[in-house]
Amino acid sequence: MDSEKRNQNYNMYVDAKLPKTKLFPSVAKAFLVGGLICCFGQLCLDLYAYWWPTLSEAELGTAMLSTIIFLTAILTGFGVFDWLGAFGGAGTVIPITGFANAIVSPSMEFKKEGIIFGICVKMFSIVGPVIVFGVVGSVAAGLIYLII
Amino acid sequence: MEFNIMNYLISFLVGGLICGLAQILVVRTSITTSRILVLFLMLGVVLQAFGVYPYFKDFAKAGATVPIIGFGATLAKGAIEGAKKGGLLGVLQGGLTATAGGIAVAIVSAFLVGLIFNSRTKHLK
Repeated sequence: MDSEKRNQNYNMYVDAKLPKTKLFPSVAKAFLVGGLICCFGQLCLDLYAYWWPTLSEAELGTAMLSTIIFLTAILTGFGVFDWLGAFGGAGTVIPITGFANAIVSPSMEFKKEGIIFGICVKMFSIVGPVIVFGVVGSVAAGLIYLII
Repeated sequence: MEFNIMNYLISFLVGGLICGLAQILVVRTSITTSRILVLFLMLGVVLQAFGVYPYFKDFAKAGATVPIIGFGATLAKGAIEGAKKGGLLGVLQGGLTATAGGIAVAIVSAFLVGLIFNSRTKHLK
């Protein structure tokens, strides 16, 4: 059998074996979970604005995001977030919970390889591109603003 | 204390819509987590750079700030405000200064959780 045909057969086999996600139920779940996480964020914003009226809007936003990131890290540690992620799909990835989960999971997983080369290096294996693109993109935006 | 129920409704709807769109991308194109995060982050940077994001945020409240779009927008906002205040140096400092809190919490909690907890075998399909 020539290799091209073999590769084609293999790809068809992989496609057949890959778990099929149904579009509508998974989108509905992502909508529900993502929406609820955003509602929780709004609750944090309102509570913090009530408890510390002197904080500015930007500081309130940072406090709210920090709360969500910290809670996600703890939930990921206890393994609860894996379950939530399996249910919610992109509903847990797109909110800041996805950022937090993506930095905590590899940190736990590669602990065996040591603190420096395991935790500290692997921590950024998923989140690294996000930070790189974010910083490069923001500097580009600032430069364009300077020039115009 | 103002608990405006409309803010929660709009947060839920807008946040849910963004996540639903991302889920459609995931199911239809089998795009990886890292790519989808980067894609939506850059969307936030672009929206902020064109000055659209502040209106979106006023409208959608936490529905705009909790998704990673808000993180990108905050980075870009910091860099642009830095450009207004401190020129080139401001551009370099602004983005990370504006998001420093979130990044620090993420790194510290990831380090601590990594030290304390062990990764368990996944039984998920």
